[in-house]
Amino acid sequence: MQKLKEIAVISGKGGTGKTSLVAAFATMANHPVVADCDVDAANLYLILHPENYKEGKFVSGHKAIIDYNACTHCGLCMAHCRFDAIERKVQEGFPKGKITIDDINCDGCWLCSRICPEKAITMVPEDDSRWYIGNYRNGKMVHARLSPGEENSGKLVSKVRELAKETAEAEKIDLILIDGPPGTGCSAIASLTGADKVLAVTEPTGSGLHDLKRIMELAGKFQIERCVVINKYDLNRRMTEEIKQWCSKENISVIGTIPFEPDMVHSMVHCKSITEWTPDSPISAVVKEIFERLII
Amino acid sequence: MKIAIASGKGGTGKTFVATNLFYVAVKNGRNVTLADCDAEEPNVEGFLQGKPIRKKTVSQNLAVIDPEKCVYCGKCRDWCIYNAIICLEEQQKIYLLEDLCHDCGACLVACKFDAISETERRLGTVTTSVIEEDSVLTEARADVGIYSSVPVIKAALTASGTPSLLLMDAPPGISCPFITTVAPADFVVLVTEPTPFGLNDLKLSVETLEQLGKPYGVVVNRDGLGDHKVYDWLEEKNIPLLMKIPFDREIARIYSQSLLVAAEDDSYAKQFLLLLQKIEALCKN
Repeated sequence: MQKLKEIAVISGKGGTGKTSLVAAFATMANHPVVADCDVDAANLYLILHPENYKEGKFVSGHKAIIDYNACTHCGLCMAHCRFDAIERKVQEGFPKGKITIDDINCDGCWLCSRICPEKAITMVPEDDSRWYIGNYRNGKMVHARLSPGEENSGKLVSKVRELAKETAEAEKIDLILIDGPPGTGCSAIASLTGADKVLAVTEPTGSGLHDLKRIMELAGKFQIERCVVINKYDLNRRMTEEIKQWCSKENISVIGTIPFEPDMVHSMVHCKSITEWTPDSPISAVVKEIFERLII
Repeated sequence: MKIAIASGKGGTGKTFVATNLFYVAVKNGRNVTLADCDAEEPNVEGFLQGKPIRKKTVSQNLAVIDPEKCVYCGKCRDWCIYNAIICLEEQQKIYLLEDLCHDCGACLVACKFDAISETERRLGTVTTSVIEEDSVLTEARADVGIYSSVPVIKAALTASGTPSLLLMDAPPGISCPFITTVAPADFVVLVTEPTPFGLNDLKLSVETLEQLGKPYGVVVNRDGLGDHKVYDWLEEKNIPLLMKIPFDREIARIYSQSLLVAAEDDSYAKQFLLLLQKIEALCKN
């Protein structure tokens, strides 16, 4: 067996066609593990519809809850909270005011519960997020669902990556394809860490180039081999040239350009990857060529 | 009035809607501020060139452990819920993983040996620019490699003050940066596209906003691509469809050059003004 290779597909800017491209790779590769790390807006399962054989709870964090039978409204917790999550509210029956915790601002740091002299604050785990491992028509898939409004999407991404690796090792699979999230924050960082190669999918717009520069800077910090695909390149050829020039200056190889093609959307509507939907079309040929270059 | 423009899925046209709404509001003599809260990928400034008048650095506190005073008891590590402290009792070594520190102050309180102090760590910037006389852009820009953009977003919202109209361009997703941005909003405009991905992510955003108890409406971008399921779902759930923007290569071309369609095409200026009026009417109800 060859050494396990992890390839992350990211974009910085959302909506550049990252997931559509990963779906095509996932249906072309030789039995890979696919890890959907866009846990905020996981869409890949809509195309690959895996049959999950394993699932688990993910504790994304904790929220502080006050036991009002014990609370003396002394305000010590409020003085310590750095997230402005604890307030003293004017309320009838509470001469000093009522101490309340705002869920939105609470970071789940536990400090208030540790310092409360009355032990009136408990930390309640938030465990509505889930991870799944399943079989899809061409391999294994690990994905997750972040419960709305919960924190720590980066930690959930790390969990998905860990499960993908375990699955690959157990099944003797040598390729993990990572569908990454937009942005440059915790979940993007967790998607890139330890990857062997990163492919950024961009589009020929001012925003596309701006965000490409940021995500490539991030990948550069991790010293990961970087390459780029320009999707919908024909929507602005001048901007496509500008992106190519920037990549060549930065020593980043552009491994393909894909024209705008309504079939990309049609295939998605029919829950198929582009290479499954129109296997003999010119666009599928372009995508196949990109995949060949990617897995070298 | 505070309006957030958001979407679960990235690239549906949040910034497109926010910048064009801003443009028509300014043209109609409104006192308006646009806060670009997509701090990981701030793109508004490409569309609205103004004169920067203030740039503020946003930072957080970062624990510093004094090895002279530290007795390697490990209590700070036990109190750090973010796993930012590694303490090796036997080897008498202690490390802080800077990226994981959330600036909660727990280690400082935990340490009984006065071995922990704090320094500042830069997270990003908030830039205020004047676009036109009465209209301002505040941009939250997180430094590349920063784990959480939330403190930068909060700083941008504070810097935005209380204009008569505040538009907030929200980050994608449904986690903390999104929640931080929509929390102060009176109304949320969700931008989606008529595709299975667009619908799936719209449902997640709606679920989140329902939990927060925020009023919202939907703008469908690139109408004509994809299918009809988004519209069926909106009708079934009785969610207001505020505007349909057709898929049009001309719009894509204008956007790709970082121009505003409302400035280039009068019919779009009218449609975006209508959108603003619809939102205001819904807010009053």
